Amino acid sequence: MQVRQISVFMENRAGRLQEITSILAKANINLRALSLADTSDFGILRLIVDRPDDAVKILRTEGFTIRENTVIACAIADHPGGLNSILNVLTKEGISIEYMYGFLGKHKDEAVMIIRVENTETAIETLLEGGFTLLKGEHIYSM
Amino acid sequence: MVKYWNEHAETMSRDELEKLQLSRLNSTLHRVYDHVPFYKEQLDALGIKPDDIKTLDDFHKIPFTTKAEMQASYPYKMFAVPLDDIIRIHASSGTTGQPTVVGYTKNDLETWSELIARLLVAGGVTKKDIVQVSFGYGLFTGGFGLHYGIEKIGATVIPLSSGNTDRQLQIMQEFGSTVIICTPSYAIYLGEILADRGIGFDKIKLRVGCFGAEPWTEAMRKEIETRLNISATDNYGLSEVMGPGVSYECQAKDGMHINEDNFIVEIINPENGEVLPYGQTGELVITTLTKEGIPVLRYRTRDITSLLPKKCACGRTFIRMTKPRGRSDDMLIIRGVNVFPSQVETVLVEMAETEPHYELIVTREGALDKLEVKVELNENYFSDEMRVMHVLEEKIKNRLRNALGLTAKISLVAPKTIERSVGKAKRVIDLRDYLA
Repeated sequence: MQVRQISVFMENRAGRLQEITSILAKANINLRALSLADTSDFGILRLIVDRPDDAVKILRTEGFTIRENTVIACAIADHPGGLNSILNVLTKEGISIEYMYGFLGKHKDEAVMIIRVENTETAIETLLEGGFTLLKGEHIYSM
Repeated sequence: MVKYWNEHAETMSRDELEKLQLSRLNSTLHRVYDHVPFYKEQLDALGIKPDDIKTLDDFHKIPFTTKAEMQASYPYKMFAVPLDDIIRIHASSGTTGQPTVVGYTKNDLETWSELIARLLVAGGVTKKDIVQVSFGYGLFTGGFGLHYGIEKIGATVIPLSSGNTDRQLQIMQEFGSTVIICTPSYAIYLGEILADRGIGFDKIKLRVGCFGAEPWTEAMRKEIETRLNISATDNYGLSEVMGPGVSYECQAKDGMHINEDNFIVEIINPENGEVLPYGQTGELVITTLTKEGIPVLRYRTRDITSLLPKKCACGRTFIRMTKPRGRSDDMLIIRGVNVFPSQVETVLVEMAETEPHYELIVTREGALDKLEVKVELNENYFSDEMRVMHVLEEKIKNRLRNALGLTAKISLVAPKTIERSVGKAKRVIDLRDYLA
């Protein structure tokens, strides 16, 4: 139920993001989802890609500072209140979210939230008990 | 193992040493008075004749020689012998303006290699060693200076010069180098690349490193010794008085023995020139005693250090100096606080989260000085969570505030993005406009 996420340390300068996308494009690696957090001097680019192993290898070879970790991908209904229902369950269990980002799924009326929490296992149990659909890594990579 | 290169000189009694210093000083004074117009004018202005200087106290009456005066003598005006007798020219790197040109006679080169031989032996080098010199060969005194000392002790020298890290590592492995000579910052860089390429200690034969040409810290020594699996010693010198070989660490690694049979050293208050007692920190001043080509009297090195008069466990009687904390002209004054780059380095080396590579950028906004410290992040501490990165920045900021007494802006940069130096590291960018 865990999804692999690759984070890249990015110095804030013009063209840095494009360097990364160009490296991935050349390697024919497809992006599934991404989020960028930044301050005035650096940024953290988080990526979910179709071939995580290859992406890690290529980015390392190109000298990027990266970190891998796992996140949860939760399907939610694409209508008002969809996100609220997930947060409701997690809050009740006292699970705090480090960050999250979403994208629209390929099925109609479905969105996917990528959720990063400190204790992934507990959050997975909680969400499953709450009746939510969690997507497997393989599923996300091949979406 | 041979303990000393020149046991008689390195362990002579203080009485004998002082006598030797005074007689050599007298000879130097005569030589400069007769052959260097600059010194004749300086001494005449004070009514001092060479034979008036009979004790080391009298010696304090002689005026200082400054870097600016040596620069003004460009290129040959301070030479005390005809150019005919000069067989080698070197020049300072000119990082702080006009280069200073220095000339060596045959005897000077003989003396110099003797001093280098002492530092090598004290650092643990023997005639069986294969010594890779990764200092630049050229006008810089590092490469050639070390070279002839290595030959003198009978070790094998690989005169590789600086740069081209791939080739450095290839030769180190294939030629079986057992000793490396370079700057301490380059040594750390070599260690990083070894780790990167997965070159294990079984692939290299290094056991000793003699490092100099820039100030470094005790923490950096540990880092180098671990990363390269060697014993690292420091040595000190400057081209204006000889080049490397002025002072050197022994196996006690507790201060650098000054070759006092060739130099008289003093510590002064850089603000007013007052001579300070042993143990106090101030600017190092050096007088050459044997130099023929370009002898200098009371040269202000701008290096900040202190002298340790206590006898060393190694048996050498030469006084020791502590590692220079930086140069008096490297010292930054930021919001009225004296900051030495070496203080920043000490903090960073002690933190696992950062690499010991940094850049200090000083700017002035209105009337307020601002210090920005660019620091390389250690890859293992990179986190996908911004919160964690902020905590890290705060930690660095607090440590630096404790060490420096002022708050700096921390800018984290990716590992291996700050330029590595092969010569003297450029770590300070001062963008303040002093005329504004």
